[in-house]
Order: sequence, then C-alpha cells, then structure tokens
Amino acid sequence: MRHRRDSREDGETSGDTCRKGQTQTMTSSFPWFGMDIGGTLVKLVYFEPKDITAEEEQEEVENLKSIRRYLTSNIAYGTTGIRDVHLELQDLTLCGRKGNLHFIRFPTHDLPVFLQMGRNKHFSSLHTTLCATGGGAYKFENDFRTMADLQLHKLDELDCLVRGVLYIDSVMSSGPSECYYFENPTDPDHCVQKPYLLENPYPLLLVNIGSGVSILAVYSENNYKRVTGTSLGGGTFLGLCCLLTGCSTFEEALEMASEGESTRVDKLVRDIYGGDYERFGLPGWAVASSFGNMMSKEKRESVSKEDLARATLVTITNNIGSITRMCALNENIERVVFVGNFLRVNTLSMKLLAYAMDYWSKGQLKALFLRHEGYFGAVGALLELLHPS
Amino acid sequence: MLTALSVPLDGSSLSRCVEADWMSSGMCAHYARSVETSPTMAECGRVDSHTMDKSITLPPDEIFRNLENAKRFAIDIGGSLTKLAYYSTVKHKVAKVRSFDHSTKEAASDKLYEISVQEEVTARLHFIKFENAYIETCLDFIKDHLVNTETKVIKATGGGAHKFKVLIERKLGLKVDKEDEMSCLIKGCNFVLKNIPHEAFVYAKHADSEFRFQTTDPDIFPYLLVNIGSGVSIAKVESEDKFERIGGSSIGGGTFWGLGALLTKTKRFDELLQLASKGQHSSVDMLVKDIYGGSYGYLGLTGDLIASSFGKSATADKEFSKEDMAKSLLHMISNDIGQLACLYARLHNLSRVYFGGFFIRGHPLTMHTITYSINFFTKGEVQALFLRHEGYLGAIGAFLKGAEEDNPNQYSWGENYAGSSGLMSVSPDMYPMQRARSGTFDMLEMDRLDRQLVNLPLLQEPSSYIPDTVDLTEDAPAREYWLFCFEDALDGVVKRAVASQPDMPEAAVRAEKFRQKYRHKLQTLRYQPFAYGSLTVRSLLDTREHCLNEFNFPDPYSKIKERENDVALKYYQKVVKSLEELSWEDRQFALVRGVLAGNVFDWGAKAVSDVLESDPEFGFEQAKRQLEERPWLVDSYDQWLERLKGPPHKCALLFVDNSGVDIILGVMPLVRELLSRGTEVVLASNSGPALNDVTNGELQILTERIAAMDPVIQSGLRDDRLTLVQNGSSSPCLDLSRLDKALAMVVRERKTDLVIIEGMGRAIHTNYFATLSCESLKLAVIKNSWLADRLGGKLFSVVFKYEVPAGKPSQEAAVLTP
Repeated sequence: MRHRRDSREDGETSGDTCRKGQTQTMTSSFPWFGMDIGGTLVKLVYFEPKDITAEEEQEEVENLKSIRRYLTSNIAYGTTGIRDVHLELQDLTLCGRKGNLHFIRFPTHDLPVFLQMGRNKHFSSLHTTLCATGGGAYKFENDFRTMADLQLHKLDELDCLVRGVLYIDSVMSSGPSECYYFENPTDPDHCVQKPYLLENPYPLLLVNIGSGVSILAVYSENNYKRVTGTSLGGGTFLGLCCLLTGCSTFEEALEMASEGESTRVDKLVRDIYGGDYERFGLPGWAVASSFGNMMSKEKRESVSKEDLARATLVTITNNIGSITRMCALNENIERVVFVGNFLRVNTLSMKLLAYAMDYWSKGQLKALFLRHEGYFGAVGALLELLHPS
Repeated sequence: MLTALSVPLDGSSLSRCVEADWMSSGMCAHYARSVETSPTMAECGRVDSHTMDKSITLPPDEIFRNLENAKRFAIDIGGSLTKLAYYSTVKHKVAKVRSFDHSTKEAASDKLYEISVQEEVTARLHFIKFENAYIETCLDFIKDHLVNTETKVIKATGGGAHKFKVLIERKLGLKVDKEDEMSCLIKGCNFVLKNIPHEAFVYAKHADSEFRFQTTDPDIFPYLLVNIGSGVSIAKVESEDKFERIGGSSIGGGTFWGLGALLTKTKRFDELLQLASKGQHSSVDMLVKDIYGGSYGYLGLTGDLIASSFGKSATADKEFSKEDMAKSLLHMISNDIGQLACLYARLHNLSRVYFGGFFIRGHPLTMHTITYSINFFTKGEVQALFLRHEGYLGAIGAFLKGAEEDNPNQYSWGENYAGSSGLMSVSPDMYPMQRARSGTFDMLEMDRLDRQLVNLPLLQEPSSYIPDTVDLTEDAPAREYWLFCFEDALDGVVKRAVASQPDMPEAAVRAEKFRQKYRHKLQTLRYQPFAYGSLTVRSLLDTREHCLNEFNFPDPYSKIKERENDVALKYYQKVVKSLEELSWEDRQFALVRGVLAGNVFDWGAKAVSDVLESDPEFGFEQAKRQLEERPWLVDSYDQWLERLKGPPHKCALLFVDNSGVDIILGVMPLVRELLSRGTEVVLASNSGPALNDVTNGELQILTERIAAMDPVIQSGLRDDRLTLVQNGSSSPCLDLSRLDKALAMVVRERKTDLVIIEGMGRAIHTNYFATLSCESLKLAVIKNSWLADRLGGKLFSVVFKYEVPAGKPSQEAAVLTP
C-alpha cells in the first residue's frame, strides 16, 4: 500500500454523485469505488471506464487519471495490497458506462496507510462520495474524516452483501460461471467443480464466512433476514493457526493445512468405537472430538504444524457446515450459497462443505459457491453509489 | 477420551500410595517422602503434592461404603473420571413398636407398647466418582473388600470402558459387559429427574442464589439432552424407552482440553478451567466493537459480542497470555455448543434442554457461558438446565441396565444426604474443609424407599408445587438463622440420642460421630447452600434424620413418645367428656384450641423442649393458656365455623404431627367430631420416625387403645370410616409431591374434599403456600420466636388458615342459578 500514495497526484474534479446529484438521470461522477471494511480485510471494487470520450479525457483531472493508471497497471499495491486479476469483470455496462470492474483487497490493519495516502494526495478534492460498508465503515468513519478529509457514506453490510451477490450473479452471463458446485462431493476421486445456473435463486441460504460468519435467509432481493451467526470463522482459523504454528498469513496457513493430516489431531468415531457407531449411524471416519487426540501428551508431541493447521481448518469448516445445515432445516431452505474470503483459494474447505452438506442431509442440501467470494459487500456498496435504494 | 490420563504415573506405586492414604490418613505423605531416592516413589511424592492434599484426611469409612455387601456393579469410565456404581444392601437399625398381647403375662407390664430396635436390610445405590488415575487402586480395593457379590458381570459404559476392560476383568474377575453410552446416559437422566427432587437447576451468575433449582415436574418428557464429553451428542428424549440421537458436534470437552493443552502447555483439564477463570477473552477475540467501533445497532448486536473467536491472534508478532487464550477457548466452545443446542431445540420444538458431561462438571464459568449462549441465541425462550448429578448419569444408566431383574424403576428412590457429597464437592473453588474431607472422591447414595411415591391428587398444580415456604439458598438472613439454630440444637440432639440407647455403651461414640458428620454438613451448607438442591428447613431436618440413621439412632424419641402417649391416653376420656358438655359452637372452638394447644407439645421446637424438660408439669391446660387470643396471626376461624354449619365433608385427610398430647388430646377429639358429623377421616402419619412425630406404627396402637375407650372411634374403625395410612416419609416436614401411592389411592377413592395439615413443620415450613383443589385447613402454633418475628407475630402465635379453592363457590353458584 505504501507505494500507492505516489500514484495519487493532486488534482481536481467535479464531485457530484448520484446521491448528491440534482437530476436522477445523472450518474455519479468518477471515480467509482465500493468499499467493504471487514474485521480482517478491506475489499475495494473499482470501476475502470473504458468508454471515455476524447472530450471527457480532456476534462478529466490529472488526479483521477493517475488513480486509474495506478490501480489498473499494478496487480500489487505496497506490500499487502493485491488486485485479484482473475476476478476482473471486463466489458461490463454499469450505469450506462462500459468498463472493467477491478477487485482489490488489503488488510484492515493497513487502513491508516491508505488514509494517510488519501490525505497526502488530496483525494478529498475529487469530492467523491465513498460508499463503504462493513464494520470498519463505522469504526473508521472518524479517521476517514480527520485523516483524509473524506466523508463516508455508510451502508449496512448485509444489505450490500445481498445486493452484490444478486448483481454479480445477474451480470455473469458470459465467461466462466459465477456460481459453481462440486459434483460427487462424497467421492474424492470424482469430485469436480461444475458450473451452476442460479436461476430462480430464492429462497437461498447465504453464508458469509469472513472473520466471523453470518447466515442469511434470502427470500427476494429486498427480503432477507439474518438467521444467525457464529464467531468461529476465518479469523478463528487464522488466529488459531498463528498461535499453533507460528505462521502469519492466511496463505501460509492454508499451505500448511494442505500438507497436514487432521486425523492425527482429531479423535474420530473409530478411535473410540473401533469402527462405526452403528446404533446412531455415525461412520467411523467422522470426527468425534476435534483436537481430541491432543488431550494426550504423547500425541501432542508427535503431530506436525501442518497437521494442526489442517485440523484447525477442518474443525472450523465442519462447524460452519453443521450450523448451516441446521439453519437450512429450520428455515426449510435447500440451497446454500457460501461466500466470504475464508473460501479464497481454499478448495479444501469448499470441498469439505460440499461433502458435509451432501452427506449429512443425505443429498437434500446443495452447497453452492461464487467466484467473487469476498467482494460482494464491496460490490453492493458500489451499486448503492450508482443506484441508491 | 480414553487415552487422556493426565497423570502419567507408574500405576502400581500410585496404587500403594493412594491406598495407604485412605487407609490411614496422613500416612502416605510420610511414606512417600521417606523413600525419595526411589524414582517411582519420588513420582508418587509429586502426585502427593497435587492430589493427596485433597484426600489426605479422607476417613477410610467414607468411601466405598457397604462394599462388602455389594451385589451388582456398573462402571462408567470417561476421559478423566471414573464413576462406579454398586448396589448394596445396608443393615440398619429400625425402631418398631408392637402392641402387647394382653392375653399373656406381658400385659402385666405397665408399658403402653413394646419398643424394639430391629435390624432391617434395605437396598442402597452407591455411586462414587474419582479420577482415572486411581482406577487401579480402586479396583484393588474393591477386590479386597468384596465378599458377597453374586454377580459375575460388571456393566460398563463410557469411552474408557474399552481401554480398561482387560484390567477390570483381571482385577475383579468379573466379565465386562459393555453398554451403549448414550442410552445409559438417558436412562440415568430419567432416573435422577424422577427420583431426586431439585435435581435440575438453572444457573444465574448474578442472582442472589446462583443455582435456581427446578420443581419436580411429574412429567419430565420430552426434553433435549446435550452431553458434552470429548465431543457433543444431542439426544431427544420422548419417553422412558424412546429417544433418538438427533445430532452432535465434534467441538466439545476434548477440543477444550486438547486445543487448550496445545495453546497453554497446561495439561490438566481443571487447570485449564482455572486459567480460563482468570483470563480476559477480549484480548484474543475480535469483538463486534473491534470491527464496528461500537455496537452493530442495525442488527442489535452489542459491541461486546464476539465477532470472531481468536480473531485478534491472527498475527505472528504478539504474545497472548495463557489465561486469555483459555478464556477465549472456553467462550468459543460454550457458545458453539449453546448455539447448536438451540438450533436442535428449535427444530424439534423442545424447550427443556439439559446439559451433561465432563465438560460441565459443575464448573460455574462453563455453566455461565453456556447459559449466556442459550439465552442469547433463543432470546430466553429456551432455558439451559444443569443437573446436580450429571457426572453420574452414565453410571446410573449402566447400573439400571444390569439391574433390570431388581426392577429399580418400580420403586422410588431418595437421595441420602448423609452419604452424598453434594454439588461441587470436588471443585477446587470450593470451601477448603469440604474439599479436604471428600477429596477427589465424590459420592452419591440413594436409598430404595419402601414404597412408590406420587403426588397428592388434590394438588392444584403439581408441576409448580413447591413444598418449602422459604428457600434458604436465596434468603441469606433466614439461612444464617436456621444454620445457627440447627448447630445450636446439636448438643441437645446428641444428648437425646445417647439417652435413647441407655443399654448400649458405644452409643456415645456413635453419637459423637453423628455430631461431627452433621456439623460438617452444616458447615458445608454455610458455604454451599446449594449442595443438595434448595436449602430449606426441611432439608436441614431431613439431613439430620439421615445422619442419625447413619449412626444407628433410628428413633431417639421413642421412649419420650411412649411416655407422652401413655400420659395423654389417661386424659382422653376426660377431655372428650368436657368437650361434649359444651354447646355445638363452643365445642367447635374448643376442638380447634385443643388441636393448637396439643401442637404446642413439640419436642422438636427448641422453646418447647426447654420448657418441657425443666417443667414436666406443663400441662394441656397450661398450653391452652399460652395460646394467643383471637384474632390470631392468621385467622380464618369464622369462615371455618360458617362452613361447619353447612353440609358435612365427604372425607377429610388429616396430616398429623406430634405424638402424645397433640395426637391424642388434640387431634383425636377432632377426628371424633368429624366422624360424628358423617365425614370419613383418613389419618396420614409418618412411615418412619422423625423427632417426636407419631409414626404410623404408633398411631395404629394408639387408635386401638382409644377405640377401646371410645365407641365413636371404634365404630369408625369398624365401619372403615376411619382409616390410618402412612404418608411415605420420615420427615418432620411434608412434601405433597412425594407421598405413598396407597395414600393417593385412598384419597381418590374416598373423594376427599378436605385436607387438614397441622404443625409447624408441615403447615408453616412447608405447604404454607400450597394450593389444593379442595378445601384445606392449615393450623399451627409458632413455637420459634425468630420465625414468629418474621411472620409479624410473637411466640405461640396461631396460624389458622382455612382456604377454599378459587372457583369452587362460584361453581356451586353456577349449579344453583338456572
């Protein structure tokens, strides 16, 4: 992020937005951002207009140009900011404009750096409205104002999430399917990712796995409720992994998990019953007690960090799966869409969720995933900028 | 679950060490220290430092009691604790009364009846809980002391049953027969819920009393049982035989222990909990306010709510304290379990959720976090219920499975307060003296009652009936007073106990043991009023009776009662005659005054026993003069008199109190009057002795003697219009939800429409607020100045509470109006 400040040149622009605009037909002036400030990550979506006329280009202030240039010509910003190029949506028509939608993320603890840069480069002179959601929109609202002279337009994270999911799904008609599932989830050798057409999406159980987890039942675009949530989420996975293995990033933790064996850490049904617990239909391979083997000193000394990382991943994932399954039963919903950055590059967890949904529901429940995992809140915020609800 | 012995020891050296310890208190420490050169002994000495200190003063006769008569065994071996159940027979002394055969020379004796102390064999269930580290020692001990066992099989359950199978079979020579864990748990749960009053409680950390015990709802089904062992099992229980495991979770006690051990390098489960109790989870957890800066108002999520467990530890460059991590872990697991329990409860539409398993083990912090979680997720719709004996459920269930031929479910059982350790006896947070005595061994004893106990059919709302008037667990000043009062009265009780057995020289030694035991119970209750459920005057009295029985003082008042009965009988005819000379209205009042005056003769109440012991001439007439003049403290005599002018009652059930003047000169004339009015009378008296209360055995003889003098009583008996029944209890108080089944039957058959309860124990300490579905009369004299003061009266104030159930008169009116 640190290099970012250099790219933001001083400049001016007319800062009327959809919200502030006197005429409803007018779209918000550039730049178009949507921001989701979560407990761990800040997610930023940026719309890069590709249909800028020569006239427009002339009027465009230098500051704005440099932002565009900086964001679109880099894929990494500073040490921690990353643009997920593979998620970029090209030739998108948004608010009458054609362009590309970019997906950028950086850790929430680097937000001060981001703000300092905004201040240094007089970002506020663009008079843009920054639509932000996530808890950080509230927590850092004052910092935005005092450090960067920016006024946040705060939005509810779940509203944005639902809106974002439905929007992305609707625009992804060409290219790789936004929504997918795993075929043969119970057969590891034949478990493959398959596109899923999310027509008639309602009702839908939407499980957002960020630092924590929120579970929503969505009945229509404007009708949803938060069913429940759990504090055992992505933050727990990473937090525990850091404590148990000394790692410091999500990628590191996942990498270790992929090499580990959780059955050395967890106590399985067969460890207790010698096989299946037939009376209650519990298969021998099911985990009876997460980290249960770690009650024994001997076994604590014989496990690897990789095993511990894997067990942590399995524990958190299965728990989310089981709470989700109960919510689906209580709400009488058969389709579950998992989103959130916990699932980013985390095929292990996705397959586990797919498996758990299928196995424990005897095929009744279907686990669906979306390619843009963690960005829906930010997309929703951007949409709010363009089409205030 | 099985492999998690937290004390890595050489089994045999430990065995010797521990055994030496309980065989002769204090010996082990020396033994271990003197041979420090031997590595195994040094190891033993180390154990000494953290386990022996708890059990070092454990008297040898306090654990594995009655083992020599053990008939049947069951064992439940969990991850850290072993629970052993055995069924044993106890020989104990019971006081019997027998009428003299007047046709023989015995009649020459001037005694009213013969009192004999006989030995009776009753069934008792023993449960003992200890750390797995002691298992080998305990098996050796059992082997050495087992004499009479008939069985060749030991029922076993729990994860460890498999692991220790060979050891058990080798040591005990019994075949291990494994039983399914879940069904044992549920069988055990049903059993305690049905047989132990105040078994279930709600935990409320900040309330006056942290433990709010539930009344025994006769209908215990359906419920959800959440068993938190290494993992979590959730079962829906619909009836005695019908249950289903509907779900579970792998995040349970094993996760807390295993993950906790990894994070904090702390090996023992209890130490982890200790750490947790000192920690601050907010330094490890990401709270809503860490993300939002405050609350998430839109969703009503407060700032202190955990958004992401361990969310703050996702960094490599910060150290976290063991305490904080342990606390965070405890919160994470408790919340998760609470949430799942709620989801299952909602799906199956159940509002009663019981929690059990080693993760809970009575730890306040765990109960608090689970309760909090349940409240949060269900917004108070579902209550988290905990069980006083949750640790024993599996062992009880396994035992019941093996004991089907004994038909344990056809009897009622009662907790024996003398032999049971009480809630949290081994908790490290507890009162040190209590801990020192029972150490790591926790016990539960249940006596098989001679009869099945059921509700009085006339209870207005059986599910909300609470026998006790004051809950001393909540009322601190009252608790203070009564604990003092019982301690103060102890010398007198001991004296009387010794005096009751003049021809037994060792009675003094036994009485001294009784004194120690009961005093210890009182001290325990001072610090843990909740140890045996709600603390009440009744439970204090019952505990005393249990302790007296324990040391073979089955009926310290037998001789006093006999003397009193004898004296009173001599006055009976005179009293009846003087009543008959009165006008109808004067007689009604005299009868009531008679009952009240008779009730002053109560050796159980200190004020009266003082007077009676110093002045034996204190007579019936003098007692009447002591009575408060009308209007009484509670006075509905006028309504009662009006009622008597109406049609006679169909049948009156009378719960009687003291022997002597009370029953003979107070109650019997009233019985006579009722019979003369055409009302049938059922006299309910105690099945076994308690203080100077008249027992059913004594009352049989007394009634016969009165019948011989009084044709009204005689014809009543002959025509079966006067019936004597036992109430099923041996308490000076009265629990209308646990009465002899036969009594309930008689009450129903006779269409009882009036219940009379007399005496402080039955009508004030208990049942003062009981609502019945028929007319009731509660009458007592307050013979305790503190209580009188509390009720706004003075010593010898009178309570005369005549009640007609709401709706009754209007029903009649409805019949009358066309």
